[in-house]
Amino acid sequence: MADTITKPQAHVLAGHHDVDYLHDGSLLSWLTTVDHKKLGVMYLWSILFMFFLGGVFALLVRLELFAPGHTIMDAEAYNKAFTLHGAIMVFLFIIPSIPAALGNFALPIMLGAKDVAFPRLNLASFWIYVTGALIAVTAMVTGGVDTGWTFYTPYSTTTDGSVALMTFAAFVLGFSSILTGVNFIATVHKLRAPGMGWFKMPLFIWGIYATAIIQVLATPVLAITLMLLIMERAFGVGVFDPKLGGDPVLFQHFFWFYSHPAVYIMILPGMAIISEIVPAMSQKTFFGYKATAFSSVAIAIVSFVVWGHHMFTSGQSQLAGAIFSFLTFLVGIPSAIKVFNWITTMYKGSISLQAPMLYALMFLILFGIGGLTGIFLGAMSVDIHLHDTYFVVAHFHYVMMGSTVIAFIGGLHYWWPKMFGRMYNESAARIAAILVFIGFNTTFLPQFLLGSRGMPRRYYNYLPEFQFLHQVSTVGSWILGLGFLIMAGYLFASLRKKMDAPANPWHARTLEWQIPSPPITHNFHEVPVVTSDPYDYYRPFVPSVKGHH
Amino acid sequence: MSTETHVVEHGAEPAFRQHHFVTAEQQFATSKIGMWLFLATEILMFGGLFVGYGLMQGVYPEAWVAGHHHLDRIMGAINTVFLLCSSFTMVMAVHYASTDQKRKTVLGLLLTLGFALGFLVIKYFEYSHKIQDGLLPGRYFSYAGGGPPQQAMFFGFYFVMTGLHGFHVAVGIALISWLTVRASRGEFSSAYYTPVDLIGLYWHLVDLIWIYLFPLLYLVS
Repeated sequence: MADTITKPQAHVLAGHHDVDYLHDGSLLSWLTTVDHKKLGVMYLWSILFMFFLGGVFALLVRLELFAPGHTIMDAEAYNKAFTLHGAIMVFLFIIPSIPAALGNFALPIMLGAKDVAFPRLNLASFWIYVTGALIAVTAMVTGGVDTGWTFYTPYSTTTDGSVALMTFAAFVLGFSSILTGVNFIATVHKLRAPGMGWFKMPLFIWGIYATAIIQVLATPVLAITLMLLIMERAFGVGVFDPKLGGDPVLFQHFFWFYSHPAVYIMILPGMAIISEIVPAMSQKTFFGYKATAFSSVAIAIVSFVVWGHHMFTSGQSQLAGAIFSFLTFLVGIPSAIKVFNWITTMYKGSISLQAPMLYALMFLILFGIGGLTGIFLGAMSVDIHLHDTYFVVAHFHYVMMGSTVIAFIGGLHYWWPKMFGRMYNESAARIAAILVFIGFNTTFLPQFLLGSRGMPRRYYNYLPEFQFLHQVSTVGSWILGLGFLIMAGYLFASLRKKMDAPANPWHARTLEWQIPSPPITHNFHEVPVVTSDPYDYYRPFVPSVKGHH
Repeated sequence: MSTETHVVEHGAEPAFRQHHFVTAEQQFATSKIGMWLFLATEILMFGGLFVGYGLMQGVYPEAWVAGHHHLDRIMGAINTVFLLCSSFTMVMAVHYASTDQKRKTVLGLLLTLGFALGFLVIKYFEYSHKIQDGLLPGRYFSYAGGGPPQQAMFFGFYFVMTGLHGFHVAVGIALISWLTVRASRGEFSSAYYTPVDLIGLYWHLVDLIWIYLFPLLYLVS
């Protein structure tokens, strides 16, 4: 059976579906919508709120660390603050962010489909996310959690606080992630428009597809890990408790078997966005399409066999450590292939330095640093010294925040006119971008130095010799916060303007730019017939959507 | 590529066809992919439990042997037979649904339900015995008869594994009941029997997991 439809069929719907999706239906109807675009927008507001919440905790943590000892809170409160920062950012913000918000919106349109494979499941995914979020908030206000977002045993099985509730929240959120992944895989396999073979799909799709594979295969292991943790707390089962004969390192193995692939759930969609912005805003064909597409899948596969690099100092055998170390180096190769392809795509292109491209360029620099420092940490002998220091904290913020979040922001700006029919103020966007870049590096570059000089992570108190760099880092967090405030300002301001954004402000070639901004509910009047590849900038534009002006 | 266009009036499409699919075959094939992906997640979830169980068995073999002696192999075997039969009746239900045989579809589903409920009844008796004898997980283990202390851990695994499986059986019962109602209303035919097929797949996985659980837990020595 063909995976693409071979006979284009025009569904001439009775004429009332020409209104754009934002104005189709009452406000209340959004709560039960199955429209992937509306769901994407609802996810967007939810995760942005979570980013704000996690960011507040970050600012509090950095403020506390401005001086050694007690600054604004006691040690117990501090443990809760960094735990909640991590848990909110990982489970409530970054993992859903790009796939659920931008992926939901753009993926079906880019494939030439009218919706995802299972629209009702999509709606369920959203409400499961909201349920998980509410449970997490409940956990926060009923005592909080002080275990670190990694919930290591035996501390997590014995400490007071709302550990069971918070882990249950993560368990519920995991289902939202899984169902989104199932939906996207089925959509990519079965709902591509006629003519769109696998190698005519935009690279954003390849990235989201690889992400979905990880979501589907890795998240269930987190589910069972958290369930066992809850059982341990409730019944004292003893699997992870050394006093009862259990093995705390087993928890780490289970936890990281999910959580390492999870970080690729975070970065792959970011890379996917960069693969869209770069060719569009260089007006140039993507260099190395197949290599980049395969590298996404390669990263997804290799991501499953490197989890032990989080455990070099936990007592696993040296042989195991050496193997994990070697495999970790391997996973850097497809990432590097992507970076080389993006840069080569830009070479001799006609580059536009509008906001999305600024963020793409930022990504290249910050991912370079983040990814490379990951390789440093992947060397077992080096990691022995750097494990649990600020070096690790800096590394993962460079890849999570400096890469994924920066890419997310770039994608948000890229697709903003399509989603909302309005352009934001470009000058304000550039100012915010500069502040974000300066603020981010001021916050996190010193942390590499702190870590290599011995400052441990998660510590409330520290030696006076570390204070200066901590202060620089804290001031950086304020600059970063200011940048985001300005961004929120101009983005929300844009929503009050008239909906007059052009259909294709970036002169890009993928299908979403061939329909109006914002799209009609069904995306396309007729199923498009795709004859061109997605980055055919080497020739004048040939539309795939009929009636395109 | 033929450019034959085909105007479909809104409302003339069959009730089960979703608007974003072009053909019923496309919808059915896509639904199947979705269910198989979901089953993959279930395998990974239970797989984690199996790995943990296996590892701990390697560390405490005597406790595992001692623990499993408290399990009733006959009851476990009956449950295995129940589930295997229920898988067979489910296959028949799918077959009859796909060949427009409504009454036999309902019969197949009802028989499946019967076996599933029988499974849960036996499970109820098994659990009651365990609770009576104090063979409970972790800190609640109060079995008077002695034996290695890590039996508490064995029973932790026992209850989590069979409990999670039993939960999936219960969900299956709810789903198959829903199917029975829909089938008796004539909602399935050779043109559309997707829910029967998909829930059949789910049910087979529930059966398969038990096929693994039974020897792992009941046939340790």
